[in-house]
Amino acid sequence: MTRIVIQGGRLIDPLSGLDEVGDLAIADGRIVHLGGRVSDFTPEQTIDATGHWVVPGLVDLAARLREPGGTRKADIASEARAAAAGGITTLVMPPDTVPVLDTPSVAELVTQRAERAAQARVVPLGALTQGLDGAQLPGMAALAAAGCPAVSDGGRPVRDGLVLRRALEYASTYDLPALLTPVDPDLAGGCMHEGPTATRLGLAGIPAAAETAGLGRQLGVAGATRARVHFGRLSSAAGIRLLASARREQPTLSADVAIHQLFLTDQDVVGYDSRFHVTPPLRDIVDREALRQAVASGEIPIICSDHQPHDRDAKNGPFASTEPGAAGLDTLLALIMRLVDENVLPLRRALAAVTVEPARLLGLESGRLAVGAVADIAVVAERAPWFCRADTLKSRGQNSPFLGWEFDSQVMHTLVEGRRVYDANPAD
Amino acid sequence: MSVQLNSDGTLRHFLTTEALDPVLLHRILDTAESFSGVIGKSVKTVPLLRGRTVINLFFESSTRTRTTFELAAKRLSADVLNVNAETTTTKGESLRDMLHNLQAMQADMFVIRHAESGAAEYFAHHVNPGVAVINAGDGWHAHPTQAMLDAFTIRQHKGDFEPLRIAIVGDIRHSRVARSQIHALNGLGAGEVRVIAPNTLLPADVESLGVQVYNDLGAGLRDVDVVIALRLQRERMQGALLPGEAEYFRHYGLSEARLAPAHPEAIVMHPGPINRGVEIDSALADGPRSVILQQVTNGIAVRMAVMTMVLGVAPDHTREAS
Repeated sequence: MTRIVIQGGRLIDPLSGLDEVGDLAIADGRIVHLGGRVSDFTPEQTIDATGHWVVPGLVDLAARLREPGGTRKADIASEARAAAAGGITTLVMPPDTVPVLDTPSVAELVTQRAERAAQARVVPLGALTQGLDGAQLPGMAALAAAGCPAVSDGGRPVRDGLVLRRALEYASTYDLPALLTPVDPDLAGGCMHEGPTATRLGLAGIPAAAETAGLGRQLGVAGATRARVHFGRLSSAAGIRLLASARREQPTLSADVAIHQLFLTDQDVVGYDSRFHVTPPLRDIVDREALRQAVASGEIPIICSDHQPHDRDAKNGPFASTEPGAAGLDTLLALIMRLVDENVLPLRRALAAVTVEPARLLGLESGRLAVGAVADIAVVAERAPWFCRADTLKSRGQNSPFLGWEFDSQVMHTLVEGRRVYDANPAD
Repeated sequence: MSVQLNSDGTLRHFLTTEALDPVLLHRILDTAESFSGVIGKSVKTVPLLRGRTVINLFFESSTRTRTTFELAAKRLSADVLNVNAETTTTKGESLRDMLHNLQAMQADMFVIRHAESGAAEYFAHHVNPGVAVINAGDGWHAHPTQAMLDAFTIRQHKGDFEPLRIAIVGDIRHSRVARSQIHALNGLGAGEVRVIAPNTLLPADVESLGVQVYNDLGAGLRDVDVVIALRLQRERMQGALLPGEAEYFRHYGLSEARLAPAHPEAIVMHPGPINRGVEIDSALADGPRSVILQQVTNGIAVRMAVMTMVLGVAPDHTREAS
């Protein structure tokens, strides 16, 4: 494997707190030198990172890649390539594929396609119940053996409390964290946040109570088990309060937020633009501020892209009949840096939310810079302005809510296990 | 800039009464006034839309609205095509494909009714330049010509909007008519707009639309000058919104007796079709306070006004007046 030196960059590791200008050397896919000047090392390639940031490659806790079953929208190869261009080195894929990821064979198919693509890593999550139907347990031990580090309800909450309890208990038998979607589906029949804007637009609302009712019930059930439970895509101030009080009893509970929730609100839906049709819905400004504070305080330790690429037809039509979801791989890192620029988060906290924290939840060894650590790395130009436009998006999903936004940070190089998977200027 | 306005502030499409300039709202009523004379004449046509093609594109069934739009277009001498789009969408054709096909037939105007909120705005974004879209009802969002014909009828009977108290009774939550009425009446300067309904039929934060909210019919009707009953669809009895028609009529059904707290001269309106004995008692609907049939007649003049305005051929009253 290639011996590489990344020279003169600002090395930032959110786990250790390392933040200094220096060199980073890679051999056999691992970091063999970190900080200061490298000596006694003969690189085959040198990457000049002067003036750039060298950070752990991002770990995106929720990215739909649409394969298998939805390759009209995107596929593993296309999205793994888009991820690499966005500084993301690990994509965690929910199990709501077609067929559902509830057998080792589907997990293996995903892993093989990802290996063939040789871009970002793809980590499949196993289904919490067979077919995500909320009735029977899948072979979780077999899923774990096939490379699933956790199980998930894939956005389809288990309605039967007893089945949920059994599934959590069984998952904990194999130390598999369970990733749940905190929503009461009966209360979530609408298409946008319930409030004055939905009332004006005549669109059916989804109240914040859909989140608290679902979360409250899941918290109650989780409390009766030893499972490590994580709640995906929190969206409301009320949900955050509920989780915070439960965490006092059960500190292992955790949660994440989709990055678009930290920037957008239900006001963006005015005009019926289907790019802002997402689940959970964009909520109001009070919720958005509460989410920002929860990320800053660490109450919500993880930020993800919640990437959901769609084809044009899926997003073309009157708002409610379009499919929910936003494409997010292209903008995740740029938006994380923007949170830092807007003083929402200190740099270390912001980076931890997309590297070491999701890696820790799933027991992955990536997400950090340390001697001996796997060399999943992003080199980022900090002041390199670019406009997000349809033709700059690398994902096959063009449904980005951030089209037209200007960003400051740009990925220059991405390495996965010491292999260069993306170079902004291939001639370099 | 709103999608329904030209850069000079005139109407390009007519999608909603929300945030419309009061001057424009009054101009619609004044233009309708000038056409209401035409309707009474023995020769009922004017040539303002001669050679133009209007396509009525109704994805939801409608008799009154579609017919009055058709009559309005014919009295303006337009060629009218009625497309029953309910059947075409069941063939799986996408909205965009259908629109492109119909545009290829050189239409000048689409009158659109669709079950989804935002559908008319979607069409307005996708039509060719110079083609106008009139919203004949989109989901729960807007039914602006209905609201304007209601305002027109109110003005005929009560004159100035400023001293008026107007109550809208019934299923506000699912009503595009109510939303458009609220925006139009507030825009026209109505003194007070009230909504009266059980909480299951009120949308979230309904006060934010600029209304006073009442659960009690008697309290809500006190001293009102205009009472508007909304149609209650039978399907609302499912889905735990209401227990049944009998209890609804007992508490929210309009009758002469229930109207006692209202102003003695109060008029009663209904956008139709009426569920007699559910939201309104027959004696009241057919009685002297009722202006329901005038609403239907006025619908033609108001729709003529809007059709000429969006194509920029409306007779200019402001200039004549000065």
